[in-house]
Amino acid sequence: MTASPPPVLEVDGLVKHFPIGSGLFGRSRDKVRAVDGVSFSVAKGEVLGLVGESGSGKTTVGRTVLRLDTPTDGAIRFLGNDITHLTRSQLRPFRRQMQLVFQDPFSSLNPRMRVDRIVGAPLAIHEPGMAAAERTQRVEDALAMVGLPRNSGERFPHEFSGGQRQRIGIARALMLRPELLVADEPVSALDVSIQAQVVKLLLDVRAKLGLTILFIAHDLAVVGHVSDRVAVMYLGKLVEIADTRTLFRDPRHPYTEALFSAAPVPDPTIRRQRIVLTGDIPSPINPPSGCAFRTRCRYALPACAAEVPPLREVAKGHLKACLRDDLELVPWQDAPRDPARPPAVATPAP
Amino acid sequence: MTADTAIAAHGGQTLRRSTRYRTLRRFTRHRLAMFGLVVILLLVLACAVGPSLVPFDQFQLNMRARFREPFAGAHLLGTDELGRDMLARLLMAGRISLTIGFCAMVIAVTVGTVVGTVAGFYGGAIGTVLMRFVDAVLCFPTIFLLLTLAALVSPGIVTITLIIALTAWMEVARVVQGQIRALRERDFAVAAEAMGAPDRWIMFKELLPNAVAPIVVAATLIIARAILLESYVSYLGYGIQPPVASWGNMLEKAQQYLTTAPWLALLPGLMITLAVSSFNFLGDGLRDALDPRSELS
Ligand SMILES: Nc1ncnc2c1ncn2[C@@H]1O[C@H](COP(=O)(O)OP(=O)(O)O)[C@@H](O)[C@H]1O
Ligand code: SF4
Ligand SMILES: [Mg+2]
Repeated sequence: MTASPPPVLEVDGLVKHFPIGSGLFGRSRDKVRAVDGVSFSVAKGEVLGLVGESGSGKTTVGRTVLRLDTPTDGAIRFLGNDITHLTRSQLRPFRRQMQLVFQDPFSSLNPRMRVDRIVGAPLAIHEPGMAAAERTQRVEDALAMVGLPRNSGERFPHEFSGGQRQRIGIARALMLRPELLVADEPVSALDVSIQAQVVKLLLDVRAKLGLTILFIAHDLAVVGHVSDRVAVMYLGKLVEIADTRTLFRDPRHPYTEALFSAAPVPDPTIRRQRIVLTGDIPSPINPPSGCAFRTRCRYALPACAAEVPPLREVAKGHLKACLRDDLELVPWQDAPRDPARPPAVATPAP
Repeated sequence: MTADTAIAAHGGQTLRRSTRYRTLRRFTRHRLAMFGLVVILLLVLACAVGPSLVPFDQFQLNMRARFREPFAGAHLLGTDELGRDMLARLLMAGRISLTIGFCAMVIAVTVGTVVGTVAGFYGGAIGTVLMRFVDAVLCFPTIFLLLTLAALVSPGIVTITLIIALTAWMEVARVVQGQIRALRERDFAVAAEAMGAPDRWIMFKELLPNAVAPIVVAATLIIARAILLESYVSYLGYGIQPPVASWGNMLEKAQQYLTTAPWLALLPGLMITLAVSSFNFLGDGLRDALDPRSELS
């Protein structure tokens, strides 16, 4: 048996702190703990979903693994290469193999550039010797692949709708056939009616090109549809990670349950008990001691404040960071119940 | 997908037209800016073709026709203390002033844009050093700098242009630096970085084209200032040297005849005021029209 290929992306104890303000002598004292010790890996061809409320650090993870930010600590390995400390010029050869799709379709395209130049930019940068005719052809093919009209190249970004602009961004990201795509909430800025089309496009190109995707989102329905595995993030840390079916049927972390419960129900005739996520996500400048979720967790015990619960394996490939193993949590709204487990009854925290 | 495409294609066209239209309308509604634009066009036209239409040469002396008053006789705007035709001299002086203003602006904008872009893009140490230097130079009163330099080098059109450009590029650098710093944070700049684009590409292909509007405004205002500075330096005798005419040195010569022949001072003074305020009005109008924030009001 041959050794399996290295994961496309391996992240080990990733930490990213942003200094804020500046103390005496220009040295800042406070820092935003945007990412505070995150480890995961993404296998070739896999789609890993990364979910969590706004402000939990998902974008920072996505940008740091692409080395658009320099990590404060931890290690990032891309296709087996340690890219944690590479300089900008050392990173350049890796850039063509890892790409990013942005959340905001309006800020992600240069308003002063024609679409053919936007989509052709990766070619102009990495294959400067390519003949103009071939480049034009490649741009047209890329635009066709994402379902845009042939003449789109002659126009400017503001002549397109949000959904179309997102397609342009995807065409640009796929121009050089990258190995890894980080999609940072690629549909959350779009109309609901357009979201499904763009998700379908991503799944189509994934199948066609064998892409590996880190799919960031806060919409659980979308993540569940797209991902092979899902990682749940809260205040800079992963709190649970499992393959999608397992996570949706059998969540083990109270935060995952609360996210499931907060999701809108597609069928309004279904009534279910809402577990309200009270209050806002705490500030990542001063996160709560112990389990960061304890201020909003309805199962919290005094012990939860004492120490940070480690992310530990509770079943094969299923990890969670919660002290309590005695909880029966409510699964995703329409996930079929596992006959082995009775319908969950939540026990409120004392 | 198809419905989405159709709507957007249609909506996009309308949007583009209406944004451009609104910018244009904001500009044409700006009375002073339109006034400035018309005056500038007339001045440029007059200075370009005027001298060949006037039947007198600017250097032609006529001791029998000294101090002729305007609007009375062959000389439309009268003659000066040596009997030279005032109209011919004003137009030739205008050529020089406008040329100096335009050339100084081109140099100042080029240097300021490059310095501002590099400083804004790299930030950190390079950016700080560059901008500290700019601040230091800006603190120094321009006119002293100008006079010191003009006293050190021999005056002439080229040196005056260079000296004015030298005192004007810092403001452009400031404006551009601020713009580039803000644009750098936008997603499309991050996208270029993620593509592995070289710094030159990001600076000059992605960021700079988005900073054109404030540069155009600054350029217009620099022309105004350059014309004023040139007049001032020439007036003080360090600029364009007689017999070559400049509005500033015409004004200087006219001082002695202020009571006997006031038009000798009034005419060049009027030209300076007209040219400088027209460029200022144009700059203000462009600033208002190009500023997307004025869209809201
Ligand atoms: N450049 C930055 N400087 C300071 N704080 C930042 C910066 N980028 C992100 N943050 C902070 O880090 C936290 C995580 O942000 P982000 O990664 O954008 O979360 P998400 O994408 O999950 O909404 C937030 O509190 C945010 O304010
Ligand atoms: S460790 Fe305690 S506070 Fe944290 S999620 Fe588990 S039960 Fe809730
Ligand atoms: Mg985000």
